[in-house]
Amino acid sequence: MADLAVAPSAKPQFRAASAWDQLKHNRNWLGFWFMLPALAFLIFFLAYPLGLGIWLSFTDTRIGRAGHFIATENYEWLWDDSVFWLSVFNTLLYTFAASAIKFAVGLYLALLLNENMPFKAMLRAMVLIPFIVPTVLSALAFWWIFDSQFSIISWSLRHLGLISQNINFLGDTTWARICVIFANIWRGVPFVAITLLAGLQTVSPSLYEAAILDGASGWQRFRYITYPLLTPIIAVVMTFSVLFTFTDFQLIWAMTRGGPVNATHLMATLSYQRAIIAGQLGEGAAISSAMIPFLLAAIMVSWFGLQRRKWQQGESND
Amino acid sequence: MQDFTRRALLQGGTALATAGALTGPALFEFAKAWAADSPWKAEPGAKLTVMRWKRFVPSEDDAFNAMVAAFKAATGTEMNVFSESFEDVQPKASVAANTGSGLDLAWGLHTLPQLFPTKVIKMNDVADYLGKKYGGWTDAAAKTCMLGNDWLGIPVATNGGYMTYRKSATDKAGFKEFPKDFPSFLEMCKALKANNTPAGFALGHASGDANGWLHWILWGHNAWTVDKDDKVIINSPETAKALEYCKALSETFIPGTPSWNDSSNNKAYLAGELYCTLNGISIYVAAKTDPTKKEIAEDTYHALHPVGPVGKPTELQLALPILAFNFTKYPNAAKAFIAFMLEKENYEKWLDGAQGYLTQTLNAYESAPVWTADPKNSVFSQASKRTLPASGIGTVGEKAATAIADFIVVDMFANYCTGTKDAKGAMAEAERQLKRIYR
Repeated sequence: MADLAVAPSAKPQFRAASAWDQLKHNRNWLGFWFMLPALAFLIFFLAYPLGLGIWLSFTDTRIGRAGHFIATENYEWLWDDSVFWLSVFNTLLYTFAASAIKFAVGLYLALLLNENMPFKAMLRAMVLIPFIVPTVLSALAFWWIFDSQFSIISWSLRHLGLISQNINFLGDTTWARICVIFANIWRGVPFVAITLLAGLQTVSPSLYEAAILDGASGWQRFRYITYPLLTPIIAVVMTFSVLFTFTDFQLIWAMTRGGPVNATHLMATLSYQRAIIAGQLGEGAAISSAMIPFLLAAIMVSWFGLQRRKWQQGESND
Repeated sequence: MQDFTRRALLQGGTALATAGALTGPALFEFAKAWAADSPWKAEPGAKLTVMRWKRFVPSEDDAFNAMVAAFKAATGTEMNVFSESFEDVQPKASVAANTGSGLDLAWGLHTLPQLFPTKVIKMNDVADYLGKKYGGWTDAAAKTCMLGNDWLGIPVATNGGYMTYRKSATDKAGFKEFPKDFPSFLEMCKALKANNTPAGFALGHASGDANGWLHWILWGHNAWTVDKDDKVIINSPETAKALEYCKALSETFIPGTPSWNDSSNNKAYLAGELYCTLNGISIYVAAKTDPTKKEIAEDTYHALHPVGPVGKPTELQLALPILAFNFTKYPNAAKAFIAFMLEKENYEKWLDGAQGYLTQTLNAYESAPVWTADPKNSVFSQASKRTLPASGIGTVGEKAATAIADFIVVDMFANYCTGTKDAKGAMAEAERQLKRIYR
């Protein structure tokens, strides 16, 4: 087998090596070529669609008809569009409320499942159930659960004598928002819980034993051992949780189609409605593109969160 | 097996045809004879992928499948037919139009072909052939599919949505006859609510039901999204009156209508929670075919829409046009299939299978047996003739199709009826969106 390590160049240094020469003679050049298919994949499947989407947002393209460049007209239109701003509000509310509750419930479940308890394996499997049910099936189930006429919740409360008439879950704007957030939490908690549980299991039990010997309380053990060691995992899991929630489409579309009166329209569902249902691809693309700054912000938060891993590697956090 | 000659089968108004639609082997014989004389010869090795809306009446699907099988056997065309819910047909057709692949034919609703006029095969020859043979097309059906002098698709049928009500409830409310005008209709709905037998009409994003009844209310007040020159005129005193009327009406509804999709009223009605709604005949058919719903079926009747202050019918019925994409490799097979669908030998059997859910768009089928088989069906026979095109008095086309697809009228009414916006705000928002579309 050929030795891939390239010896330092013996050529006389009478001229500056070109970038190409440097690439060829770098000991990692083979790695560069190996990377090219992945790079091509990224360009074709990620950069190209993203670029095309952004380009479409500056055109009046319709489905089935090529458009013209109209500069920022789509964005100017959206700037004054109350439905668009309602969708922005809904998306932020949906994302922050659902993500925060998913984190709280997920962390609680992870801590619980990390304890020694009977039927632990079975309980862990049960926690995963909402995650493995297809989203649309979950949404349809919730659609029935919250149905204005046939809701099992309303039925139960009526039979208990707690309410006199059905709650208008999906027909009332406030209730509809609460219902879709609840459904998202139900689906998303397992992802958070299982990921945090995996992180918890990497923490050495000796740290807790030492802390107990030193008389640390349960809260102190969490605050000064669990939480710091879990921080990198939290950063990753919350980034993904926020991204998945922010871009959620299926759950909302199957449950409410953005209704009632657009009260549950997220930016993703509004983009779909304007681009695909109504055929206005340019406008739909502009709504999708408007999601990018929010998503970048979430990624930046994650990036700075991950930087905190440095201290674990013995580097300064400054 | 009976021996059918080609000539005997194809002579206009044959005894067989007048005696009723063909079934079983006779249908295959007819299909073979038809294919031999058809102006459109399917390309050798033709394969057609057809997307249609998901059937609401199972026997309609059976009749459609029998026809597809006969066409396949007669022409050698491989047929791949799949169904999508009403809401999903248009997005999937749009994706096919944009990517130029995936489908040969799409059978959808409203003004589907108008959404992508440059992506469809012109059907002038098919429309001309069928129109001449079967007494011409109804006005709204023709407008729905035509752009200038070109046919962008063929209006296969109309799904009529009419008042579906429990007679015992309307009788008890003091209305022995279903109201014929807006004021008495409102009074009846108030009385139904007072008797705890409420009416209910979708105020959510229900493509068929919500668009249907809310455009009827709007147009019935002589209010329109655009005028005949496509100038946006939604913001008008007439629209304000329509909003007021609709709000008063919605206060009598069963709770939950702002969240309703197209299937919600069916479920509520068949569960005995709802006593008057606007729907296709599917509620009645479902009740008739379910032994546990016998009482509901017997008590269910249908009526025409009451007429508004404008003084004439202003219905928006659900057009069901079919189109062939111009990127299909088999345009002749596509045209042949569409023409074959509407031949009397197929079409009357199909109408019969639909039990009133589908209404003819060709005048010759007005006397189809389905309309007299059950007196409760007869109202639906008028759907194609009474409806206005989806654009109202404006031009049918891409813009009108977009306005319908984007639920602009539905959202305007829902915003006001739910108290989300006042009348001025609801009208202003609709006006703004329409101006954007009609710019």
